Amino acid sequence: LPAAVLLKDTKLMDVKLGQLGSWLATRDFTPGGILGAVRRGYDRYYNKYINVRKGGLGGISMVLAGYIVLSYVWSYSHV
Amino acid sequence: VLHTTRPLHTTQQSLAPLPPLPEKGGEVRHGLIPEEFFQFLYPKTGVTGPYMLGTGLVLYLLSKEIYVVNHETAAAACILAVIIYGIKKFGADVAAFADKLNEEKVASAVAMKNEAVQTLQAAIEEEKKEQWRVEGRSFLFDARRNNIAMLLETNYRERLLLVYNEVKKRLDYQVAMQNLKRQKEQDHMIQWVEKNVIQSITPQQQKESIAKCILDLKALSRSAHAAV
Repeated sequence: LPAAVLLKDTKLMDVKLGQLGSWLATRDFTPGGILGAVRRGYDRYYNKYINVRKGGLGGISMVLAGYIVLSYVWSYSHV
Repeated sequence: VLHTTRPLHTTQQSLAPLPPLPEKGGEVRHGLIPEEFFQFLYPKTGVTGPYMLGTGLVLYLLSKEIYVVNHETAAAACILAVIIYGIKKFGADVAAFADKLNEEKVASAVAMKNEAVQTLQAAIEEEKKEQWRVEGRSFLFDARRNNIAMLLETNYRERLLLVYNEVKKRLDYQVAMQNLKRQKEQDHMIQWVEKNVIQSITPQQQKESIAKCILDLKALSRSAHAAV
């Protein structure tokens, strides 16, 4: 019988919808925790799309598209 | 403060050697949407699923005026068209140039690594040769021992010769002393005897001996005359 994985160790894609609230409660919301999460996200993106031998266009274009969308969202009231 | 009860290095992970860089990055379709999204929707909606989702989203944003169409939209459309044309035309060349730069960097790093490996291997060879040389040190020690033995022997013989010479000198001296003493005694005795004899010859005896000599000479001359 495999040992049950603790809720706070499951990845977000494996969390069932009903457990989403409790999963959010287990996350680390201290400044250090947030910084660590940002660091992890950056490392994942960087190692997957940029730190490769033959990087493509998608690496930076996704970042630029995200920036465009975010700036539109923030300046929506101006439009 | 280091908590010594906390175990360090619990995993096998270490910083070296690094795994090699992956060849290609994650697949991105149309330069904007990662391939994982399409794979995520494939079981439920097949191939056209994400495109339908995209179309529906765009229509929803436009109709509900969440995305407002104004002068900026026209500018964005023109800019996008130019960018896409540029990418399609020059993308391959720019990619090749960037790859060449990367290759040069990687090649120089690999060259350095190879050089370091070569140096270390040469050092290993040198070390092995030194170890082989060490095996010959018994010969070296034998040679040195022979040298020292010869030195000692030479010294000993020199001193032996010295001793012999010194002893001989002393013995010769003793011999010479004895000879000298005997000679002196002899001379002295002869002189003493002569002196006494001469002293004992009184003038009377001298006259008598001279007369006897003359008589003897006459007798001799007579016999010589007779012989002639």
